[in-house]
Amino acid sequence: MYNLLIGGAAGQGIDTTVAVLEKLLKKSGYNVFTVRDFMSRVRGGHNFSLLRFGTENIYSHSDQLDGIVALDKLTIELHQGQLKANGFILCDSKVALSAPNIISLGMDTMAKELGNPRVSGSVAVGAVLKLFGETLDGVENALENIVKPQYLESNYKAVQEGYLAVEEYFPHLPGKHSDEMLISGSKAVALGAIAAGLRFYAAYPMSPSTAILEAIAANADAAGIVVEQAEDEIAAINMAIGSSYAGARAMTGTSGGGFSLMVEALGLSGMAEIPLVVIDVQRPGPVTGLPTRTEQSDLKFVISASQGEFPRMVIALRNSQDAFYQTMRAFDLAEKYQIPVILLSDQYIGDATATVPPFDPQRVQVADPGMDYDGKGEYLRYRYTASGISPRLIPGTSRHLVTIDSDEHDEKGWITESSEVRTKMVDKRMKKLEGIEQQLQEPEFIGSAGFETLILGWGSTWGPIKEAIALLNEGEQDKYAALVFGDVYPLPQKLLKEKAGKAKIIINVEQNATGQLAGLISEETGITCNGGILKYDGRQISGEEIAHRIRKGEVK
Amino acid sequence: MNKTSFSTYDTAWCPGCGNFAILDCLKEALEQLGKDPSKVLMAAGIGQAAKTPQYISANAFCGLHGRALPAAVAIKIANENLTVIVDTGDGDSYGEGGNHFIHNIRRNVDITHFVHDNQVYGLTKGQASPTSMLGMVTGVQTDGNFNEPLNPMLLAIAAGAGFVARAFSGHKQHLIEMMKLAITYKGYAIVDILQPCVSFNKINTFAWYNKRVYELDKTYDSTNKALAMQRAMEFGEQIPIGVLYREEKATYHQKNQVLKRGIPLLERKTEADFVNKLIKSYV
Repeated sequence: MYNLLIGGAAGQGIDTTVAVLEKLLKKSGYNVFTVRDFMSRVRGGHNFSLLRFGTENIYSHSDQLDGIVALDKLTIELHQGQLKANGFILCDSKVALSAPNIISLGMDTMAKELGNPRVSGSVAVGAVLKLFGETLDGVENALENIVKPQYLESNYKAVQEGYLAVEEYFPHLPGKHSDEMLISGSKAVALGAIAAGLRFYAAYPMSPSTAILEAIAANADAAGIVVEQAEDEIAAINMAIGSSYAGARAMTGTSGGGFSLMVEALGLSGMAEIPLVVIDVQRPGPVTGLPTRTEQSDLKFVISASQGEFPRMVIALRNSQDAFYQTMRAFDLAEKYQIPVILLSDQYIGDATATVPPFDPQRVQVADPGMDYDGKGEYLRYRYTASGISPRLIPGTSRHLVTIDSDEHDEKGWITESSEVRTKMVDKRMKKLEGIEQQLQEPEFIGSAGFETLILGWGSTWGPIKEAIALLNEGEQDKYAALVFGDVYPLPQKLLKEKAGKAKIIINVEQNATGQLAGLISEETGITCNGGILKYDGRQISGEEIAHRIRKGEVK
Repeated sequence: MNKTSFSTYDTAWCPGCGNFAILDCLKEALEQLGKDPSKVLMAAGIGQAAKTPQYISANAFCGLHGRALPAAVAIKIANENLTVIVDTGDGDSYGEGGNHFIHNIRRNVDITHFVHDNQVYGLTKGQASPTSMLGMVTGVQTDGNFNEPLNPMLLAIAAGAGFVARAFSGHKQHLIEMMKLAITYKGYAIVDILQPCVSFNKINTFAWYNKRVYELDKTYDSTNKALAMQRAMEFGEQIPIGVLYREEKATYHQKNQVLKRGIPLLERKTEADFVNKLIKSYV
């Protein structure tokens, strides 16, 4: 397995370089996992991507580097400490450093001579391909999808020149993943929504959720989806609710700040029983926080957001594959139970690209909007039923009138202040939880039966935890195991209780300062963690860091 | 008046409220236009006027305070076969929902917006609204309202609305005409309906409005924007009612690449082939 860092200032074309490289490496057969670490600025500063590729499964990033592609000097200064003894640094000759492992290349000069100073990144692409023993197969194809037609030729020439300018450094490893997908969590969410029959997406741009908005917009016209950029997140969620009420499957997406504005309308979805899917792509808070970085600190917020009580479901996304299938499932659950379903993603999983087997939309059946009404007796939108689920008709599609209200209402949907009706309506809505609990998916268990230490995590720490368990169990007779939650609210408890009962030590690993999952687990089950590894610096923990902190006993 | 299709219900309004006349006229306008109640969607936020959808036989979306517009435009986007009417108050439309008011003018979705403008907050018992006049003393504005009243008509014209009208609950035939014109207009149409609040507005009474309003006559050119702005600013001893400004503009449905194809959004299906092609594009 190789781990390559590509760094430079914003505006130097890191994204394009990485996008071309990861595609070619995947085509060449590798498993690929790329994370993006960038500042909230359009030019300057220090940005980097970590491109990890190999023939074995890759679940997350690693801190140890086999190579650094430095588009500026700062990249070398900041990251050379992570370079393995046999690693290389590829940099522009302008950086003027010399050491045995430094490969100095006149990338900027070569680009200028090709008549386009902006193709220096493509020179780096060519050089990297050669350094890792790759061929130039498929380069034109990969460029075509990323570079504008008028710049195709200069970029292709730049790749060729970079390729010829260096020697092979590491051997090519034969992998079998060329027919798999390479996709980010956010794009997988967009694909899942489209596959689920999304018809309307409203959102206000906010990092890191904008990637979903753009990915849906890119396919909207062809798919027959209306995408509306709302004036604010309040409008976005009220639009989504309006569309869903009227029978067009709808979704909205945002990050924590926008979710804060959506809170009242979340309750409208709950009270009026209108299906709604909302995704919160988390970033560090409070308020503006660290706009382009990652955190898992909205869990307790989203499970209790909005006044009053109503059933809801919260699903945390663990990887790109989860992002696709769970988004589809969210639409199904929202429709079946007429509730808001909240997907929790974060910048790490949202922006990271990973190799995954091609998605199969047939794996998830999504209920159609509205439901059969037998036509007997008066139509009652909020009829009391054994399941708590009332017949949902779409307005305008029958002779029946469909009335919804944010006020407490009777079975017809009309305002009431009756104490009897109020109690029955709350009971009706909450009754739906019994059905929802039947649908819960247990957390993923990682490890084997004889474990002593149980790690608990949720969402995007899935990858790092999976890698940490493998590292920790090397020569330790499988002492370590983990449970990583996807469905997180209502909290699935069966497997948790079973595994926690066998564990000598329980440690929660979370990207927040207060251990929100541990708190939720304790509240719901009485199970307490013996210690936690909490990280809230905006950077995703790696498997190596988890393993290291557990071995050193750095557990609070 | 024949209101069999749109029924009559008990209301929770104060006797003498302007809402009664507006509700009557709304039912009459819908009846005269031959609308089928099951194809009409009334949307509102919160307030005394926002109770209107509860008192008329039609589909009803009674959502959040100030948020009727975003929900209503999305309902129309989802199903263009519905006649979508936002029927709510000045606080809901211009206060809590002010941002949506501005931006939905830009969208120009084919919906109708009737604002019951009594220049006071009724449901919360008598505080100043965005259109309350200077000097109005309330339980909150104890020294008299000193914030400039909003001019919704001027704002709507300036923001690019294609149908901007004013009416008065006391001129019922005229109000019915305004409602019919607004409902049949292709695009976002707003009618600001002046109405007395008998309980909380002791300044802008029925008599106060009745003395001042005058109907714009046939000689008035409603397509002249500069003139329309002038008339919109006339709010004192004389208040013009009628269509202040009218312009034919491309609607949201005509501008949107998906909706312009004429298939109601809720009837569309995503083809499995399309999804599979999309998935393959990531291989």
